[in-house]
Amino acid sequence: MTELTSLGVKAIRDGVAGGSFTAREVAEAFNAAVAEAGALNAFIVTTPDHALAAADAVDAKRATGGPLGKMGGVPIGMKDLFATRGVQTTAASHILEGFVPEYESTVSQKLWDAGAGMLGKLNLDQFAMGSSNETSYFGNVSSPWKKAGTNAAMSPGGSSGGSSASIAARIAPAATGTDTGGSIRQPAAFAGISGIKPTYGRCSRWGVVAFASSLDQAGPMARSVEDCAIMLEAMAGFDPKDATSLDMPVPNWEAALNADLRGRKIGIPREYRMDGTDAEILESWEQGKAWLRDAGATIVDISLPHTKYALPAYYIIAPAEASSNLARYDGVRYGLRDLPEKAGLQDMYAATRAAGFGDEVKRRVLIGTYVLSAGFYDAYYTQAQKVRALVARDFEQAWAQCDAILAPTTPTASFPLGSLDKDPLTMYLNDVFAVPASLAGLPAMSVPAMLNADGLPLGLQIVGKPFDEQGVLDTALAIQQRAGFDARPERWW
Amino acid sequence: MSVDKATVAKIASLARIAMDDAALERMVPELNGILAWVEQLGEVDCSGVEPMTAVIPNELRLRDDVVDADPLTGGGKRDAVLANAPAAEHGFFGVPKVIE
Repeated sequence: MTELTSLGVKAIRDGVAGGSFTAREVAEAFNAAVAEAGALNAFIVTTPDHALAAADAVDAKRATGGPLGKMGGVPIGMKDLFATRGVQTTAASHILEGFVPEYESTVSQKLWDAGAGMLGKLNLDQFAMGSSNETSYFGNVSSPWKKAGTNAAMSPGGSSGGSSASIAARIAPAATGTDTGGSIRQPAAFAGISGIKPTYGRCSRWGVVAFASSLDQAGPMARSVEDCAIMLEAMAGFDPKDATSLDMPVPNWEAALNADLRGRKIGIPREYRMDGTDAEILESWEQGKAWLRDAGATIVDISLPHTKYALPAYYIIAPAEASSNLARYDGVRYGLRDLPEKAGLQDMYAATRAAGFGDEVKRRVLIGTYVLSAGFYDAYYTQAQKVRALVARDFEQAWAQCDAILAPTTPTASFPLGSLDKDPLTMYLNDVFAVPASLAGLPAMSVPAMLNADGLPLGLQIVGKPFDEQGVLDTALAIQQRAGFDARPERWW
Repeated sequence: MSVDKATVAKIASLARIAMDDAALERMVPELNGILAWVEQLGEVDCSGVEPMTAVIPNELRLRDDVVDADPLTGGGKRDAVLANAPAAEHGFFGVPKVIE
């Protein structure tokens, strides 16, 4: 039965519907693969019974001829940022250790309603703050990939690193991710898989642990563009419980997939050619252009003049929103409480938050508190929101010349765990290509392009117009068909 | 602009994060590194630019003006609300004494 774990979402869904195998057989195969892969540390908790119960429900429906759902019989990993009823939800933090939600996030409920089951809760950077999966309270996630000729543990990217590692290792066919400033796309690129962040508002944020609410957006991660399209259909949709949810119908992205790009214009932003970008990354970008030309697209040079300022603006806006969002962790209503002897209420707050937050979370809460404080608000926060408006305007102007944008996902391939954690700024630069689309709320996807000389995956990023997930998926599909990326990490775990 | 130890202590106090001297000392250069880097935003000419407030144009909705319009987020959930409290007492959140 081990071959079942090499199947993706579409193959599982169609195989279960067609009777090639049962949903229970699939769930059992993946549960076993998860149980054997402890060395990756991809899961914070595993939920084999959830996966089996969902599978049995799908098999029972099939026996009576009922509809099985868009994700019928597909067991997935759930990033531990989504509240799941009765299953610990931690955001990979100590402060939420032991928190067992009384409710289910909208996105996870939609997936269960679509016939998916849960293999477990996936590890991530603490409160989704990080680009390497080294800030989790529950330990680093190791990428299944190794740099050729070395045995060092490599970063699966972050913050959705448990998601990317589990999919690349074939212990989950797909997983949820969330993307605030690249947290779906960067790990997808590092792990040689696909992942899409839809337009801001497509997926409900209700029940997702908040980091930076004006940026946070959930999306699917999987091994193919088709699988991402299927899963995004199941995750997206209007939710009255999220004030920024888009009240728009969910298109049939899967059915409309079309890799024929004749008549489409793809923009190449000249500002993304930055000093210090890895030569092989630039080579993969050139290759991407050639693939899209081959698919019929016209390549046009465009300019996004404020690109350089997107990342520093992000590192004001996201920490500012985080410092406000994370004020809720006070040791009173849920989560950790640290009550030193004879401490008053204020001391309890401060002790609880000191014990419960990791270093990177504290750093960002402090930066956010500072930039929002009296006397500094205009110089930092208002200026950053103005720059954000300019970054968004750059994209609006670009759409006069092109239908989608092609760029690298990351400036480098994956790096060894522990190699970048000394300097927060070097780590932040990982998201230099991902953050502009986040600031503008645009749909953006990473798709695997090739392996570099070290045998590590490189991804290409497609950014689309607001609400044009279809254009992004189609462009990514054209790349997928030509890249023929079928490399998989050699099993060491 | 850069911060010194006293300023970091003040920010930490505003953020309700207890930090000892060693932690403050460690944080000062880290925060200054980040602040020096974001300083480059000052180069951008933003005259006449409105700060962004909504990334995708959207209208705020009002829910129906009825009790428990959404049963899931409506009232009558006391036990569920208290279920994860570190110290729930008599149907309330328990906190250390705040009035002498």
